[in-house]
Amino acid sequence: MDEKVIMRNLDPEERSHTFEEVALGYNDEEALKEANRCLQCMNPRCVKGCPVNIEIPRFIKAIKEHNMEEAYNIILESSSLPAICGRVCPQEKQCEKMCIKGVKSDAIAIGSLERYVADYALEHKLHAINVKPKNGKKVAIIGSGPSGLTCAGELAKEGVEVTIYESLHKAGGVLTYGIPEFRLPKRIVENEINQLKEMGVEIILNAVIGKSITLEELENTYDDVYIATGAGLPKFLGIPNENANGVFSANEILTRINLMKSYEDDAKTPVKKGNKAIVVGGGNVAMDAARSLKRIGYDVSIVYRRTMEELPARKMEIEHAVGEGIKFDLLKNPKEILIDDNYNVKGVKVALMELTDVDESGRRGVKEIPNAYEEISCDTIVVALGTMPNPIATENSDIITDDKGLIIAPEGVTNNEHVFAGGDAVTGAATVILAMEAGKKAAKQILDSFN
Amino acid sequence: MYKILKNECIGDKIYLLEVLAPLVVKNCLPGQFVIVMTKEDSERIPLTIYDYDRETSILSMIYQVVGSSTLELTKEHNELFSVAGPLGKPSEVVTNIDNYKGKKIVMIGGGVGIAPVYPQAKYFTSHGTDVDIIYGAKNKDLLIILDKLKSVCHNLTIVTDDGSYGMKGLVTDALKEKHDYDLCIVMGSTVMMKFVCMLTKELNIKTIVSMNPIMVDGTGMCGACRLLVNNEVKFACVDGPEFDGHLVDFDAAIKRMNLYKDEEGRRYLKDLEGNTHSGGCGICGDK
Repeated sequence: MDEKVIMRNLDPEERSHTFEEVALGYNDEEALKEANRCLQCMNPRCVKGCPVNIEIPRFIKAIKEHNMEEAYNIILESSSLPAICGRVCPQEKQCEKMCIKGVKSDAIAIGSLERYVADYALEHKLHAINVKPKNGKKVAIIGSGPSGLTCAGELAKEGVEVTIYESLHKAGGVLTYGIPEFRLPKRIVENEINQLKEMGVEIILNAVIGKSITLEELENTYDDVYIATGAGLPKFLGIPNENANGVFSANEILTRINLMKSYEDDAKTPVKKGNKAIVVGGGNVAMDAARSLKRIGYDVSIVYRRTMEELPARKMEIEHAVGEGIKFDLLKNPKEILIDDNYNVKGVKVALMELTDVDESGRRGVKEIPNAYEEISCDTIVVALGTMPNPIATENSDIITDDKGLIIAPEGVTNNEHVFAGGDAVTGAATVILAMEAGKKAAKQILDSFN
Repeated sequence: MYKILKNECIGDKIYLLEVLAPLVVKNCLPGQFVIVMTKEDSERIPLTIYDYDRETSILSMIYQVVGSSTLELTKEHNELFSVAGPLGKPSEVVTNIDNYKGKKIVMIGGGVGIAPVYPQAKYFTSHGTDVDIIYGAKNKDLLIILDKLKSVCHNLTIVTDDGSYGMKGLVTDALKEKHDYDLCIVMGSTVMMKFVCMLTKELNIKTIVSMNPIMVDGTGMCGACRLLVNNEVKFACVDGPEFDGHLVDFDAAIKRMNLYKDEEGRRYLKDLEGNTHSGGCGICGDK
C-alpha cells in the first residue's frame, strides 16, 4: 500500500490549551518521501484542480531534486501567498481530489508539500523581489485580505504603483482577524505582507473607504480601483433573545481572540470566559470559533442541523476539532435563546431535525420533527452561520449591488469600467484561494486595460 | 501614527484630546465617531467627535477616565497608534438640515455626553437654526466647555445633581420647566437617555438619541454593539449611532453594557493599585 506521509500534529491534549500551530509541517525527509510518490503525470489533472493553476508536478520535481529555490519560484509564478494556501486551502476538494494516485491509494499531499516549500523559503529568505520599473499607473485596492493582497502583488510586479486601504489597524483581513493563530500563525501573514511592502506596495491602515475617503475620491485619484472588501458582516439567527448577554457572532469571538489577542494573560481587550459554549453552524468558521473557545477554557459543543456527513467544514478541521474534545450535537436547530432575569444566556431551545432526500444541491435536505424540542443549557452561544458583504465602501457610490448586497461584477468589472471587484464581496463568503484567484484575475484585467 | 497636540485634564477625570487625523477630518460630520488605540496592544476605544478643523486636520475628542484603557490614554502625550474613522452615520438632522429650519430644537447633554452636543449645535447655528442646550452633570467640578456651548446656542441651562452650579436636579427637571420643542436630541449615559425619552414620549416631542454600546471594530464586523430598535436588531456602529429614542429598547441596552464589567473592573483596579489582592492577585479565585 502506497500511503501518503501524514503530517505530524501537536498532541491533542496539549494543543487544546494553547494557540500554537496544530499542524507541524514536514521535515526534509518526510517531504522528500512524499515528493517521491508523485508520478509526474504527462497530463497532470491536479493543475486543473487548482484555482490558480500552480504547476504542481514541476514544483514537486524540484523538491525531489533538492532544488528548493526552483520549487519556490515555480509556485510563485502562479500563487503569491503559498505559505498561507499551503495551510488553509481545501486541497482535498481541489488539486488533491484530482490526483490520479487518489484512485487506488492516497492522493499526493500537495498542500503539505506547498507549505513545506513556502516555509523553507521563509526560513532561508529565498524571496527575490522582481519588480519592473514604474509604468506611471496608479491603482487603489480596498481591503487587505487575500484578494487585495494577491491583486497588489500581481500589479506591483508589473510596475504599477499600488496603495491598499485597510479599515482596521492591522493588514490581512480575514487572515488576520478571522483564521486563528493555531491554524495560520500571524507571523506567516505578516511575512507575506512585508514582502509586498518591499515590492513598493503602500498600505494605509485605519482608512474606512466610504467614510474616511469616498469611493468617488479614489476613482478621481487613481487610474483604477479594485474593491476587495470581503464578506465581513455577521448573520444572526433571527430567533427570540438573540441580543442577550452571552450571544456572540463568530466574527466577534474570532476578532477579540485573533486581532485583539484577548487570549493572552495581559491582553487589554477582554473576551468572555464562561463555562459551556454552543457554536451554531458547521463550516470552517464554526470549527475555528469552537476550537478557539476550547483553548480559553470552555466546554464546547457544535450544534448543527444535519449530520457529520453534511458538515461543510474541511475534513481536517473537523478531525482536529474532534481530537481536541469538541462535541457535536447533531440534527438540532436553535429556536429560542433562553435567558435569566439579568438578560444572560442560560440555554437554547432546539428543534430536533431529520434528514430528507438529496436535494438539487446534491446534499441531504433536512426538516423539523413536529413538536420535538429539547433544551440545552449553556452560558455562551456563538453564531457561525455565514457572513455577508459589508456595504460601507459602496453604499453611497455609483457601484451596483444585488439584493443580497453582493457587488455585481461579471468578469470582475463593475458597472464603472475603472472599478473592479472580486472575492467574497462579489461571490459571498467563500475560500481564501478563490479570493486570491479573483485578485489575480482582476490584476490581469487591470493590466490589460492599461495596454 | 497620529500626533497628539493636546491631551489635558479639563475637569474631574475628563480630558481634551487633540490629534492630527487628516483621514478623519476630511469628510467627518457631526454625529459620527472614531475608534482610537493608544498603543499597538491597546483596546479599541470608541470616542465621539467633539470638534474638527478641515484646514489644520485637527480632530478633537473629549473623554472621561472610566477604566483601564482610558487611564492608559491619559498617559500618552506624543502619538496614538491608531485613529480610525469617521464611523457611523452623520446625524440625520445634519444631513437634512433644511427640513429643520425654523423648528424649535433642544439638545440635552449629560456628563461627557455634552462633547458631541457641541459640534451639532455649532452646525445648526451656523446653518441658521437656533438651539437650546440643557447640560446636566453630577457637580460643578465635572462641568466643561461652558464658553464654547454658550457660543453655539440660544439658551444654555445647566443642571447639577447637588445644586453646586445652576439649577439643582436632573436634565428632565429642566425639560419639564420648558418643553415647547419640536425636536429633542439627547447624548449621555444610556440611563439618562432612557429617562429623557420616557418624558419626551409623554410630552410628544420627537427625540433622537446617540447610543454608545460596547464595540470592537466599529465597522459592522462583530455585532457587539447590537441594539433592539423597534424590535429589530440594529448595529449602533453602522446603522447608528443615532436612533429614534422612542423606539430603542433601553433596558436591554443597559444590561448589555454590563457584559464585561467584571473583567474591566479587575483590570482597572490592577492598573490603579498594582497587582494587589483586589487588583487580581491571581490566586484568590480569579477565573
